[in-house]
Amino acid sequence: MADAAIEAAGLRKSYGDIRALDGIDLTAATGTVLGLLGPNGAGKTTAVRILTTLLRPDGGTARVAGLDVEHEAPELRARIGLAGQYAAVDENLTGAENLEMVGRLYHLPKGEPRRRAAELLERFDLGDAAGRLVRTYSGGMRRRLDLAAALVARPPVLFLDEPTTGLDPRSRLGLWETIEARVAQGTTVLLTTQYLDEADRLADRISVIDRGRVIAAGSSDELKDQVGGERLDVTLESQSDLEVAIAALEAIAAERPTEAAGILRVPLRQRRGAIAEAVRRLDGAGVEINDVALHRPTLDDVFLSLTGKAAERAEENGEGE
Amino acid sequence: MIRFRNGISDTLVLAKRSFMRIPRAPDLLLTFTVQPIMFVLLFVYVFGGAISTPGYTYVDYLIPGIIVQTMSFGGFVTALGISEDLKKGLVDRFRSLPMSRSAVLAGRTLADVATNTISLAVMIVVGMIAGFSFSAPAGDVVAGIGLALLYGYAFSWVFAFIGLSSSSPEASQSLGFIVIFPLTFVSSAFVPVSSMPAALRAFAEVNPFTITVNAMRALFLGAPAGNDIWGAVVWSIGIAAVFAALSVARYKRAVAK
Repeated sequence: MADAAIEAAGLRKSYGDIRALDGIDLTAATGTVLGLLGPNGAGKTTAVRILTTLLRPDGGTARVAGLDVEHEAPELRARIGLAGQYAAVDENLTGAENLEMVGRLYHLPKGEPRRRAAELLERFDLGDAAGRLVRTYSGGMRRRLDLAAALVARPPVLFLDEPTTGLDPRSRLGLWETIEARVAQGTTVLLTTQYLDEADRLADRISVIDRGRVIAAGSSDELKDQVGGERLDVTLESQSDLEVAIAALEAIAAERPTEAAGILRVPLRQRRGAIAEAVRRLDGAGVEINDVALHRPTLDDVFLSLTGKAAERAEENGEGE
Repeated sequence: MIRFRNGISDTLVLAKRSFMRIPRAPDLLLTFTVQPIMFVLLFVYVFGGAISTPGYTYVDYLIPGIIVQTMSFGGFVTALGISEDLKKGLVDRFRSLPMSRSAVLAGRTLADVATNTISLAVMIVVGMIAGFSFSAPAGDVVAGIGLALLYGYAFSWVFAFIGLSSSSPEASQSLGFIVIFPLTFVSSAFVPVSSMPAALRAFAEVNPFTITVNAMRALFLGAPAGNDIWGAVVWSIGIAAVFAALSVARYKRAVAK
């Protein structure tokens, strides 16, 4: 793939007995967002560390912006930006001084670091705090500054390791919008996250990682189809209508609806029009409805389903763990 | 060549960053100004009367020694800073940038030279108020100041290694204290080595602190130098070279804690 900005094949990394990466393949086309989804300890950060030249792989190859992570590391570093899980900024410098320092270390032309620092501080809503020491910043402000630092050199490839973990909803949305704006300008982004909604909104392709392996890959819709977890949760006015309601909804259900804690769970064949159809059918059967809600798969659903399946398959093939 | 020039400019950028921290952290500023004053006064007026230093008043004897001790501890900020950078993920950021691999460490150790210069000036002034006077030609005094800063610079690299090796900023400080503090006392810095028990004395005589303190006394007071001046220079360069190599190698593999 000539236009892939990130390309990794068979990456392996072990720490003693622990296999952090057990042969993973990743690809991100230029100008797209690749989401790495997985729980803590799945290997997401290890993958980012290898792709940003912080760590050498034990095996496999990787190219970022067309450059080999092992043999062309110095050139590669000039073309990437990294924002990490913890805000890696100097607390004893001001916001502006932090960004100018990073700009100088990217060896931007004279005058540029200051200009870009001012520009980014404005864009990230830190203009008023530019001259304040970072140790007086809130968590959200630090995270924005950290992301700004990754953007100082306008790198063509951006690595964001759980950029919104621990942020309040407003800061989170702001960060998403910034990332989207960069992608619209042609930046390629590798984003690790524990949140499906984040991957859903930002990522063009998602690789689900568990115990150092890619256990599923595809677009967000493809993954959800695989899980098939979309369902209607119907709360009835009267539990005595339960059997009537189940009979009425069977036609739109992927499998027989079940009842749990007074809520009727209806796995859907297809999401489109499902709510209207369910209401029509229940109304037609004379069942009174208290509430109807569409339940979409969460990371938990996708992940439990995927890891469950993966484990079953391994057992069927007699491979064990 | 471009690589070399970038290396210098990266180092200066990071030295400035390290130095800017000092006036912004009042506790650190106290360490570099009040602590040397306190030590000079305590030793001169509390211990001074009880220690016999033939040929010199105690304050003349003490000042070169306490300068060497203070210089060798000035680098603790490097250990502290590097350990914090590791803990907070800044080292990850720096290592992902297209900058020189040694600049983070070289920048920190260079900033220590600036702070050590401040401490050195404070100690000389306080020492003179307490009765110290130079009794060597001006050129020798200047060379002595240079030697003190060089020796301090060498220990900044020891502290860089300690900062990269310890598990937390707090641990780096106590580790540095445990390793270096005894070395400074089992030397000619505060008492003549001839007053020590034989085993300690044998150690003190080859201790680089003794050699450097003796060299400083030669350069500040005109004491007989022997090979001590060259010995001190060689020790300084040797310590700096060994610990710089060890530290840079460790930095390249450093991971956030």
